[in-house]
Amino acid sequence: MKVLVAVKRVVDYNVKVRAKADGSDVDLNNVKMAINPFCEIAVEEAVRLKEAGIATEVIAVSVGEKPCQEQIRTALALGADRGIQVETEGAVEPLVIAKLLNGVVAKEEPQLVILGKQSIDGDNNQTGQMLGALAGMAQGTFASEVVVDGDKVNVTREVDGGLQTLSLNLPAIITTDLRLNEPRYASLPNIMKAKKKPLDVYTPADLGVEVTSHLTQVSVEPPAERKAGIKVEDVDQLIDKLKNEAKVIS
Amino acid sequence: MSTLVIAEHDNGALKGSTLNTVTAAQAMGADIDILVAGAGCDGAAQAAAAVVGVRKVLVADNAAYEHQLAENVSLLIAEVGAGYDNIIAPATADAKNTMPRVAALLDVAQISEITSVESADTFKRPIYAGNVIATVKSTDAKKVITVRITAFDAAAAEGGSAAVETVSAVHDAGISSFVGEEVAVSDRPELTAADVVISGGRGMQNGENFKLLDGIADKLGAAIGASRAAVDAGFVPNDMQVGQTGKIVAPDLYIAVGISGAIQHLAGMKDSKVIVAINKDEDAPIFQVADYGLVADLFDALPELESKL
Repeated sequence: MKVLVAVKRVVDYNVKVRAKADGSDVDLNNVKMAINPFCEIAVEEAVRLKEAGIATEVIAVSVGEKPCQEQIRTALALGADRGIQVETEGAVEPLVIAKLLNGVVAKEEPQLVILGKQSIDGDNNQTGQMLGALAGMAQGTFASEVVVDGDKVNVTREVDGGLQTLSLNLPAIITTDLRLNEPRYASLPNIMKAKKKPLDVYTPADLGVEVTSHLTQVSVEPPAERKAGIKVEDVDQLIDKLKNEAKVIS
Repeated sequence: MSTLVIAEHDNGALKGSTLNTVTAAQAMGADIDILVAGAGCDGAAQAAAAVVGVRKVLVADNAAYEHQLAENVSLLIAEVGAGYDNIIAPATADAKNTMPRVAALLDVAQISEITSVESADTFKRPIYAGNVIATVKSTDAKKVITVRITAFDAAAAEGGSAAVETVSAVHDAGISSFVGEEVAVSDRPELTAADVVISGGRGMQNGENFKLLDGIADKLGAAIGASRAAVDAGFVPNDMQVGQTGKIVAPDLYIAVGISGAIQHLAGMKDSKVIVAINKDEDAPIFQVADYGLVADLFDALPELESKL
């Protein structure tokens, strides 16, 4: 079966992002960019399905400006077979990304679509679920285990009190949580090979999607700073401070 | 103006997160109704009717909604929500799963994890692991919103007397089914509702050592959490994870043990009232947000702390 994996180009997770001084937006000048960590887990899961003989083809898709082709190449180096870029300009909202991905789903007709549960820039946690609704597919979000079984897939999910397992009809949507797998590193030969793998570029119009905007970012600001605390000498002083100064224990 | 609050519940009882969500709804200044979707959920519905400030409670009681399957519940919410200006829910696992489907069905944006209501159409929400707070304005006529529950106080659970109405709509998409669950059974309070949280990080070295936190948690009535590093290392299950992609907590007292303080962890706990850090590395970033820092080997400090509390 065909597996479609969505990948997003985001600020590297080690970067501490700040608001610009004028509060107009975040400052992303000369910041290191990378594949969103949850998307990397999604690629790894798709590649493992291929290695297990379940998936026949893995397609990596990204929505964004031209530089997002770097992240598609990363996915190809990890083992995806071919790439698709949907070329957009500027920030695109999750609903529109979901519509564009739905357009790709209609063209490619994958049996499984795997996405990260959230991207570490917008922290929205929306796209996979929205795609599920638009495509009329079942979803297994926050997955920690995926088992394909005939025309169904069993997904174990990270939920508030523990784990929940669902059975979904294929085709289905899966969003990854962090314990699903540990992504591999791309080897140099695979990075070289990835450069030769096919990568198609679509416009939103090719997919019949109008790029709309439902939200405006009015401003951004740094969060309230915590004032610096003190170092205590020992456990006795810690307990004393918590009892008598902070009054949080009795 | 009217707002539909989606209740979080376990059929028998209403979860506390619903009360925080009602407070967020009140800030929007509209009439508030609560939707309770479940199976055998009369207990939760009666509890919702007692919440102060609620106009009416809508109950959709059907086997299709028993396990909160997103495919089914989203269809129900989209139908019931058609008559409301706002549809809001707590940003917990169920609503994170369901609400984006609702937004897509209604062809509107979702505004995730708001931390404040600035006006009827403008909200604040953290982005980039809480390193930046964005103010966003919605241009949708109907707004689908999830609420960071630690940012809003709980509404009074008793004292209201809302009318309870039955919703007969049954939506069973028939494409997903519940197989089973493994729910951790614990006498401790829930992480997101606890007054005190004690969390361990990579410094705990293994899962067995997390037992060092048990005695302290018992004495303080605390919930036990963990950093992503501890979860990644396989020490403890993911439902204990506090952080950007785990649970967001804001207890009166947060004790971070053997946690260095990566930005992803800070995103989940820095709104706690008092933060204590115990770490042997005096340069660990966690000390920059801690009210009280103790530079010590946790294997010495924890037994001592337990015995002296």
